[in-house]
Amino acid sequence: MLPAMSSMVSESLPDVRGHFGPYGGRFVPETLMHPLQELEAEYLRARQDPEFQRELAYYLKEFCGRPTPLYYAERLSRELGGARVYLKREDLLHTGAHKINNCIGQVLLARRMGKTRVIAETGAGQHGVATATVAAMFGLKCVVYMGAVDCERQALNVYRMKMLGAEVVAVKAGQQTLKEAINEAMRDWVTNVRNTHYILGTAYGAHPYPMMVRNFQRVIGDEARRQVLEKEGRLPDLLVACVGGGSNAIGLFHPFLDDAGVKMVGVEAGGEGIEPGKHAARFQGGSLGVLQGTRSYLLQDEWGQIQLTHSVSAGLDYAAVGPEHAWLRDQGRVEYTFATDAQALDAFQKLARLEGIIPALESAHAVAEVIRRAPTMAADQLIVVNLSGRGDKDVAQVAAKIGLHSQ
Amino acid sequence: MSKIKNAFGPGKAFVAFLTCGDPDLDTTEKLVLSLAAHADVIELGIPFSDPTAEGPTIQGANLRALSGGVTTDQIFELVRRIRKQTAVPLAFMTYANVVFSYGTERFIKTAAQAGMDGLILPDVPFEEKEEFAPVCRAYGLDFISLIAPTSRQRIARIAKEAEGFVYCVSSLGVTGVRSQITSDIGAMVRQVREVTDVPAAVGFGISTPAQAADMAAKADGVILGSAIVKLVERYGRDAVPHVAEFAQKIKDAVRSVS
Repeated sequence: MLPAMSSMVSESLPDVRGHFGPYGGRFVPETLMHPLQELEAEYLRARQDPEFQRELAYYLKEFCGRPTPLYYAERLSRELGGARVYLKREDLLHTGAHKINNCIGQVLLARRMGKTRVIAETGAGQHGVATATVAAMFGLKCVVYMGAVDCERQALNVYRMKMLGAEVVAVKAGQQTLKEAINEAMRDWVTNVRNTHYILGTAYGAHPYPMMVRNFQRVIGDEARRQVLEKEGRLPDLLVACVGGGSNAIGLFHPFLDDAGVKMVGVEAGGEGIEPGKHAARFQGGSLGVLQGTRSYLLQDEWGQIQLTHSVSAGLDYAAVGPEHAWLRDQGRVEYTFATDAQALDAFQKLARLEGIIPALESAHAVAEVIRRAPTMAADQLIVVNLSGRGDKDVAQVAAKIGLHSQ
Repeated sequence: MSKIKNAFGPGKAFVAFLTCGDPDLDTTEKLVLSLAAHADVIELGIPFSDPTAEGPTIQGANLRALSGGVTTDQIFELVRRIRKQTAVPLAFMTYANVVFSYGTERFIKTAAQAGMDGLILPDVPFEEKEEFAPVCRAYGLDFISLIAPTSRQRIARIAKEAEGFVYCVSSLGVTGVRSQITSDIGAMVRQVREVTDVPAAVGFGISTPAQAADMAAKADGVILGSAIVKLVERYGRDAVPHVAEFAQKIKDAVRSVS
């Protein structure tokens, strides 16, 4: 029934109704259906429009700083004593993470649709900062919803958003993290949809978001593919990326899906271990369900109530995963694993000491998997890991956790 | 013949909403039995942890019910108890994941056997309803569709397949009290009537007898949720007489335009 993974598959999904096999779809209030259809139509038009593509390429290069380097992590590779490790340096992008790739694309769409206001949810604050940035750049009003707990643990990014002119709403409902921020953003959108575009920050939510965000993020993988061929004359053996909603991972993976020799692993947040309420590894303790516009893997109890999650990383601390990841897992195309808080903190410090690069705690989960895998691989094998963001925002939190003092 | 559609009768109907388990299931039972004297249809909300279509009032009710430990099975039990005491038409209002996680067919079958008459899922639009609506039909439940101020050309398509009643969302936004409803409800209802004889009821933001009368004049019925839930929030286990008094006022207002 399901087509085999072939060159057709990566291009043909989702189907016209936004389904990736049994996943995806459009589970939203009727009020949002027409706006989502309009958004999809506008996106599909823009995709074919050379002027839109020219504009997108211009801002990605001149404003964001693309292409980002594919950097050979020599000391890390030597220390691990196995595969050669390359870092895709999305942390070097303007605003410090891959999130800006998608924000540039969506803000250009918002302008085409005549929207004067943009809203966003944010977990770690990186997507909020990227949204506040593009809103400032184009003179749009901007409101960012952020869980109150996240506002505290990612305070630096709250200041950045405010300095960029955005209003930051601290969401106090539930466990006060990313899921609640998305609920509030959806409620804002359903209220103000006539003048507002919702810049959803990950490859999640109702169609066309998972497809659109993936396509705006696949610039990561397109570049990495070209760069690794240039540097090594061959494709990598393994791609590694962290998976919250899953936009940096799908962006890196997608252009390689048809390359059968390239293995891929997505790393979820294992938190304090795989027990209910202690982690955010949806493929470990999750099951199929419908949340916030789409059908995918969720952490839920037997009655379908969404469970609490935990991760040291605010950007991965979310109860659901993008529908395309669920599909790729079913196909056996991508393997999903997890790194615990402790492993991520260890990787965070290791990359800082060995390479002079402080990664975001989210990206540190991917680095933790590289630390596990590289030693088991041969010296002529290649790993590309997506360093999706930089860690400035996490410095205070990590210092407190590892007992570092400023004096 | 649909019990819900029949409840609209020749006059205008009053549809009342409650969140099950707020503040506890015993109180919900008393509230339903009391409301049955005034309301023509009662919507029973099954709480969900992430009710994205709800404003702060009903969000709060969901949270109170869930922190009290209410489960879907306990709510089915509640319905069985209620059914022994009243014939008032009942529709569940909840979110897709509550139904899906229970097993869609198992949920709908259990609901029908317990005595429910309809199901409303605000996060299941027309395009996704094939998973739920045919199963509802097989077990004799009305799958109730919503239309909104943004629906435009979608209205005819949705209304043509409507069962029970068409839920007309009065304004953009989430559930909750509004001082004014500015959408052209009359135009929405006319579009519905062009394609179906299923009644149209207006909900979202109606909280006073005057608003109820105004909306009833433009449609076949009115739906009140947050205004009732607010009374439950305020009076808790003692809410029954307050809700009954309020429901009587709404019923009178709705009847005045019939």
